[in-house]
Amino acid sequence: MNLAALTLHEASDRLRRREISSSELTEAVFARIADTDDKVHAYLTLAREDALAQAKQADERLKHDQAASPLLGIPLAVKDNFLTRGLRTTCASKILGDFMPPYDATTIGKLRNAGAVIVGKTNLDEFAMGSSAENSAFFPTRNPWNLERIPGGSSGGSAAAVSADQCIAALGTDTGGSIRQPAACCGVVGLKPTYGRVSRYGIIAFASSMDQVGPMTKDVRDAALLLQAIAGHDPADSTSAKRPVPNYAAELSQSVKGLRIGVSSEFFVDGMQQEVELAVNDAILKLETNGAKREYIMLPHTEFATAVYYIIATAEASSNLARYDGMRFGHRADAKDLTETYMISRDEGFGAEVKRRIMLGTYVLSAGYYDQYYLKAQRIRTLIKQDFDLAFNDCDVILTPTSPTTAFKIGEKIRDPLQMYLSDIYTISANLAGLPALSLPCGFDQENMPIGLQIIGKPFDESTVLRVAHAYEQATEWHKKKPKL
Amino acid sequence: MKLTRAEVQRVARLARLRLTAGEESELTEQLDNILGYMDKLNQIDTANIELFSHASDVGNSNKALRDDKVTNQPDADALLANAPDRDATFFKVPKILE
Repeated sequence: MNLAALTLHEASDRLRRREISSSELTEAVFARIADTDDKVHAYLTLAREDALAQAKQADERLKHDQAASPLLGIPLAVKDNFLTRGLRTTCASKILGDFMPPYDATTIGKLRNAGAVIVGKTNLDEFAMGSSAENSAFFPTRNPWNLERIPGGSSGGSAAAVSADQCIAALGTDTGGSIRQPAACCGVVGLKPTYGRVSRYGIIAFASSMDQVGPMTKDVRDAALLLQAIAGHDPADSTSAKRPVPNYAAELSQSVKGLRIGVSSEFFVDGMQQEVELAVNDAILKLETNGAKREYIMLPHTEFATAVYYIIATAEASSNLARYDGMRFGHRADAKDLTETYMISRDEGFGAEVKRRIMLGTYVLSAGYYDQYYLKAQRIRTLIKQDFDLAFNDCDVILTPTSPTTAFKIGEKIRDPLQMYLSDIYTISANLAGLPALSLPCGFDQENMPIGLQIIGKPFDESTVLRVAHAYEQATEWHKKKPKL
Repeated sequence: MKLTRAEVQRVARLARLRLTAGEESELTEQLDNILGYMDKLNQIDTANIELFSHASDVGNSNKALRDDKVTNQPDADALLANAPDRDATFFKVPKILE
């Protein structure tokens, strides 16, 4: 038995029964990384020594702490846009260089307090901007199911690491689909919680009105356990919600009988791969067999979501990324005066996609275009949110594909930004409306690439999303399939 | 064309980004293409639609901000550790006034 292949709940059970130690488990994960990461390239930074020290401490705690978190002693991977004290954080950008965070993100602090073992930092599209992990300033990550294909993005490194058993579970961030689309591409589970459910403090900001932290895991139960550990109000994030956190794992096994599943024709568009459409339809039928009811709903503004998203996200990004000026941290170029120092530092430090988005965001916020683009998009965002509010009168969750296609080839879309943006067509509405949404495996195409099913829920109703996902997972075997590496 | 090269140069200056001539012409074409796609938003009359404020109830239920109290100890060295240039406990930056 390869210990690195265990799920979080399996590993946690074995640790508690003292059948394995966290040190053995952590060694197994590093052995797996040594065997496979020269092919997958999921990690930007490994923290072997610290991880083994944390594992040793966890083994001590496991001896007497019976009420410990299920995360105690579990090796986890973290996307490299979380600040980790004393562990290099790059956001896959040259502008941060070898930035060493002086503090932990709130979510990282929670993992540390729970006794989790941090294996390393995973690759991403620079500043989380992209859908393929190709925009990393260092190297592209490859899909463990087919090394010629993208792992999805931006949390491509975390998705690939979970899929390849290079960790037990991982954290990602999702601004327009960056947890769910790579989860779909790599055949794992990815959950973007409701905006405000999880603290954003210490996450390198991309688009602050949509950024959200979430779990990427081998099954649905693991997603519930990891969400439990990171959810809740944080005084350091004024947008985190002051609401009680339910017990997600406790509600997982409840029946879906009578539950109403919303299906919208707006999510089955031209250009989607036929096998994706068939797999998602099969998944809906499977849930109906388990007692759920299908309701046809309308989300009439869906076709405008991509345009709205790329106005709002780039506007917020252009503002957030103004802080990279080479003065207090990061890359500083030698130049003749202050303005030129800014301009050359940013030119040398940012990659092509980040520059493109800063330019687009600056344009839509600039005098003469602000009303036409930015305010227009914010009004249509209201309409998109209202569509969901209305639809949820008639259903409890909404089912869609996660992505219109399975993972495409590396290099296929990198020269055509607009085509790349359209890979997010099914995921971005949940970010615009702030809703929880999860992707889980629901089949494979003829090339043996995983297909993702997306489940969107009502605000703060992660419990129902997880319950539906769990019911589907229990009725299928997709999550048990592993890539051959 | 919605976007001219001169506008790309104007925006690059606003964004404090140096662009090469090659990047300028590539971005003019790409941004023009993307802005063309954004035009589909004009199909919707938004005259009476309110601006979006907050996702879910965040901001509405969180009316009280936290007290403005210092919760950390000063640690200039930790904060200066990532500085491109420093002098004792100060960040050293290029001259601002001529």
